[in-house]
Amino acid sequence: MSEPAVEIRDLRFAYDGGPPLLDLPAFSLGRGERLFLRGPSGSGKSTLLGLIAGVLPARSGTVNVLGHEMTKLSGAARDKIRADHLGVIFQMFNLVPYLSVTANAALPCRFSSARRKAVGGDVSEEAARLLARLGLDDSALLKRRVVDLSVGQQQRVAAARALIGGPEIVIADEPTSALDADARDRFIALLSEEAERTGAALLFVSHDAALASQFDRAIDLVEINHAVGREAA
Amino acid sequence: MNSILSLALASLWNRKGTAILTVLAVALSVALFLGVDKAREGAREGFGSTISGTELIVGARSGPINLLLYSVFRLGDATAEISWPTYEMIADREDVAWTVPISLGDSHRGYRVMGTTQDYFTRYKYADRQELSVASGELFDDLFDAVIGAEVAGALGYEVGTSMVLTHGLGAGGLMDHDNRPFRVSGVLARTGTPVDRTIHVSLEAITAIHVGWETGTRNPLADSISEEMVRSFDLTPRTVTAVLVGLERRGTILRTKRALDTYPREALLAIIPGQALSQLWEVTSVAERALIAVSLFVIAVGLVSILTSILTSLNERRREMSILRATGARPGHIFSLMVLEAGALGFVGAVLGAFVINLALAVAGPILAARYGVSLVGTGPGLTDLYTIGAVTLSALIIGAVPAWTALRRSLADGLSIKL
Ligand SMILES: Nc1ncnc2c1ncn2[C@@H]1O[C@H](COP(=O)(O)OP(=O)(O)OP(=O)(O)O)[C@@H](O)[C@H]1O
Ligand SMILES: [Mg+2]
Repeated sequence: MSEPAVEIRDLRFAYDGGPPLLDLPAFSLGRGERLFLRGPSGSGKSTLLGLIAGVLPARSGTVNVLGHEMTKLSGAARDKIRADHLGVIFQMFNLVPYLSVTANAALPCRFSSARRKAVGGDVSEEAARLLARLGLDDSALLKRRVVDLSVGQQQRVAAARALIGGPEIVIADEPTSALDADARDRFIALLSEEAERTGAALLFVSHDAALASQFDRAIDLVEINHAVGREAA
Repeated sequence: MNSILSLALASLWNRKGTAILTVLAVALSVALFLGVDKAREGAREGFGSTISGTELIVGARSGPINLLLYSVFRLGDATAEISWPTYEMIADREDVAWTVPISLGDSHRGYRVMGTTQDYFTRYKYADRQELSVASGELFDDLFDAVIGAEVAGALGYEVGTSMVLTHGLGAGGLMDHDNRPFRVSGVLARTGTPVDRTIHVSLEAITAIHVGWETGTRNPLADSISEEMVRSFDLTPRTVTAVLVGLERRGTILRTKRALDTYPREALLAIIPGQALSQLWEVTSVAERALIAVSLFVIAVGLVSILTSILTSLNERRREMSILRATGARPGHIFSLMVLEAGALGFVGAVLGAFVINLALAVAGPILAARYGVSLVGTGPGLTDLYTIGAVTLSALIIGAVPAWTALRRSLADGLSIKL
């Protein structure tokens, strides 16, 4: 438990042909920690998540995820770490339109045998159990096409999907920006509760600073990102 | 791989409108290809099994294919006949074991009439040296007896004892009817799947008898005044025959006998070996066959391209879906296989459907074609060709699927975790 879930040192990143976007001397996410990351639009929040999830390759520096040095790994190895240890929730349009509600929640188990093993028994049962904990246990609702669910319901299905198989890290990229204040607060409460129950670290991204109080710790990307400072100067 | 296949199928089902159209395009192209191939093979088999056990067919000199077609398949007409003395010369040759003369030229309600001898029914063999057999009644005995093929009996509703009037030439009945000399059906042959089913068999003498008074090609006004008794008393030995089926004493002499007949000085004859003439026929038709096969292969290519089109056009609207799959742990290989499997599934289902449709169509249409043309399409049922075609089309679809798969893969790598529309 001493080792953090995510540990970043001297990370530099720029998109091909673009200006330096990220220059992070240090960033860390503790095991089981619920961290709030804010920053204005275009500041590179999603990009940072992509680097942690191993979808984008860092230019220099180190990105350590659960003891794995991502910058030294091949794309395939990074993909495997993401499949086995990360849950991801997006801002909107989280679900695969042609899969049922339960199949969407169970999706990571298709790609990761580690997640399947972690579930232990029947994957759909576990998906249904998680959905029920998130308040989706109406059988008529579960039979509906996912595109016919409300946005709030879709986000809860996405949360169940991120949590299935007990990944160590859950990454949420503005998952509440399409919800009203009430639904937003309830969603964050449910997500935090479930993350705590499974012991997952939660990295929650939003531009809405008001949400910070609901998390263990809050950081502003602009403050820790030196690339922005240098550009401004 | 199994979970990716089920994902691919679910995704196709989600777009069932285009998926079904694509499958139909593939199915139709495969059905066309298999149909052409089966018709070709079936016709060859069917024609090839129409005559066996006859070493040579002799007729007046014309083309070998023409002689084969009119003497065996009742297609087309003889341009000239062989005189009776020449026929006797052939029959008397030392190397000839048996001969069956046939005389064509008359018809009855669209079915051809063939004058021949009783020997025809024992000497003529079809398929694997099978003999003709009588289903009901007996072979002709009286001068005005007729033995009809199974198709004639079935289509016209004739049975033993039915009386019928032959028509001079091959046109419609009426003025050209031999109505003063009606025939009686004495027997019906069992079905053979050859042109025999569509033939009316009478004795050679009967052909001579009905043409008494028709020497000029039309009815002589005096013809009716000649009574049946008088006709029966005439010498009814024919003056000419159309062709002669020949069996040899020893097969080894076949080329020598053929050459001797071909070069017979007193009359221009042509002797053909049925199998050889058939090969010549296939040589002629193979040009057209190859063109048809080439065209149907192109049509299959069009079907495959429609798979490509339908998947490529779906890629834009599925960009989001790919990002979600990537984020939830799908590796590039998963995305790639998903696309390839979708293409393969479209190709496979289309090919299976096409093979099914064409086999069903041939099972239904086969008997109709056989009744119409007298030659049944043999061996057109489901076969290895269908399996190979399904395999080849599925494989090609999988290979073609690599194109959209590659596009989707590169895009999903570049898009990262952010969902772009
Ligand atoms: N694939 C890409 N190629 C090039 N530039 C990109 C790419 N994705 C993002 N960018 C640029 O990088 C910068 C940061 O983008 P990013 O999506 O990380 O911002 P963000 O903080 O998540 O913003 P938002 O709050 O609007 O989601 C932006 O200027 C954006 O235009
Ligand atoms: Mg963003």
